[in-house]
Amino acid sequence: MMLAQLSYWQQSILRVLLVLAAVLLPAGTFVYVFLFKVVSFMQSRLGPMEAGPYGSMQLLAEVGKSLQKEDITPERADRTLFKLAPYLVVGTVLLVYLAVPFGPDAYFANLDAGVFYALAVSSISVIGVLIAGWASANKYSLLGGLRAAGQLIAYELPMVLAVIGVVIQAGTLNLQGIVAAQAGGRIFGFGALGLPYFVTQLVGLVIFLIAMQAELTQTPFDMPVAESELVTGFITEYTGLRFLLFFIGEFASVGAFSALAATLFLGGWYFPGLDIDANYMNVLGPVILFAKIMLLAFVVFWVRFTYPRFREDQLQRFAWKFLIPLALANIFVTMILKVAF
Amino acid sequence: MTGLLAVANGAAPISVAQNVGFGAIALLMVVGAWRCVTTSNVVHAALWLVLVLAGAAAQYVLMAAEFVAVTQVLVYVGAIVVLFLFGIMLTRSPIGGDAELSRANKASAAVTGLAMVALLGFTLVDTFGGDRLPADLAPTTASQVSDAVFSRYLLPFEAVSILLTAALVGAIVIARKE
Repeated sequence: MMLAQLSYWQQSILRVLLVLAAVLLPAGTFVYVFLFKVVSFMQSRLGPMEAGPYGSMQLLAEVGKSLQKEDITPERADRTLFKLAPYLVVGTVLLVYLAVPFGPDAYFANLDAGVFYALAVSSISVIGVLIAGWASANKYSLLGGLRAAGQLIAYELPMVLAVIGVVIQAGTLNLQGIVAAQAGGRIFGFGALGLPYFVTQLVGLVIFLIAMQAELTQTPFDMPVAESELVTGFITEYTGLRFLLFFIGEFASVGAFSALAATLFLGGWYFPGLDIDANYMNVLGPVILFAKIMLLAFVVFWVRFTYPRFREDQLQRFAWKFLIPLALANIFVTMILKVAF
Repeated sequence: MTGLLAVANGAAPISVAQNVGFGAIALLMVVGAWRCVTTSNVVHAALWLVLVLAGAAAQYVLMAAEFVAVTQVLVYVGAIVVLFLFGIMLTRSPIGGDAELSRANKASAAVTGLAMVALLGFTLVDTFGGDRLPADLAPTTASQVSDAVFSRYLLPFEAVSILLTAALVGAIVIARKE
């Protein structure tokens, strides 16, 4: 491959640039397509129309606006931690993207335990959120940070447990291996479609999507950033670039979790009928994966724009009393069926 | 398999870069550990602890134990420290730090710490002595770890899993009672 002819540092620079592209492009697309347009159509209005054709440059205008704003740090805040927190949150998303494969040779790191790695690093962002809430020296921010942490801990568990079903069925923790297992699978001996795991792991997919909605603090799980109660919680005191970083982090992590879900349940970068080892998959793979990411992200935002907010106790009860037992049951059934067939 | 471990299994098996990396991370961990016990701000202490634990994960990667490194991040950085921070923030934790923090037990803490260092150091030297990492250090895969866990260490593993599952089920039962 072309990459092999470059020296290590050249490869590294290329990787960094590509990770940034892989993180920022979906995030920007989500903001324009879903946050600006789809929600507007749902509410019978047009959304931004002035900047560029159909308002397509609105995002650039927003970024420019945020960059110009004054960078305010509250006087009694813990300055170092206050400034560190947004970078921690965005950095986490970059780390998750590292494990996602885009094609047979198009990956940043083909980790032996890819799923495990992605789920492990995705939990680091909680620390960033807690720091942001505490360092702001604002009781609303602190409450928001605590709510976010409680929610992320509660929903991390069903998410990991939902993935175990897929891992049992694929027999590997490697994300490339999981894609290959789905491409080579058979439905009652019929192999032309492969076996995307949403067919057999529908329960797992639903649990994963619900937990994902909660991990991303999107409505109906948006108590940590509830405007009407907490004036946007842990982000309250942030302005300018740092606010923008939290904003990017929010939408980029929608992309990261959607990419994970697409890889685990929808067959990843493979599409039935194509040659899984062919060179052209390195170009076509990212496009296919992006289409699947858009599909899942649409579901996330559709739910976000449709449902009202849960109450805090309802949220915790739902995770501990319903999702986790259901995920455990799913694992047991998968284990029995795996041995039986 | 390559990816993270590109450094670990490069051209020279135990390379200079690896030793420099080890030293730099170890220094960072020592500073983190020192600040963790000397700072008067509880939240800062928890965050210095994050640095130490993350440093340990990085050392595991350098030693080609990828699975252990990821587990370290998931369990310690992602869960235990978050629980610490959660607990600290639910109680009183002023921004500027707390000057009235009790340091009365400083001496006994130092003795306990030294005893731990002596014990762990003795165990390590006694077990490994002059052993060296193999020249062709291959990364330990998750399947190797699971093979070991499910054959040689099956009994302790099963005991731990039953204990943890019982704890999880018990927590759910207690939560349901309300």
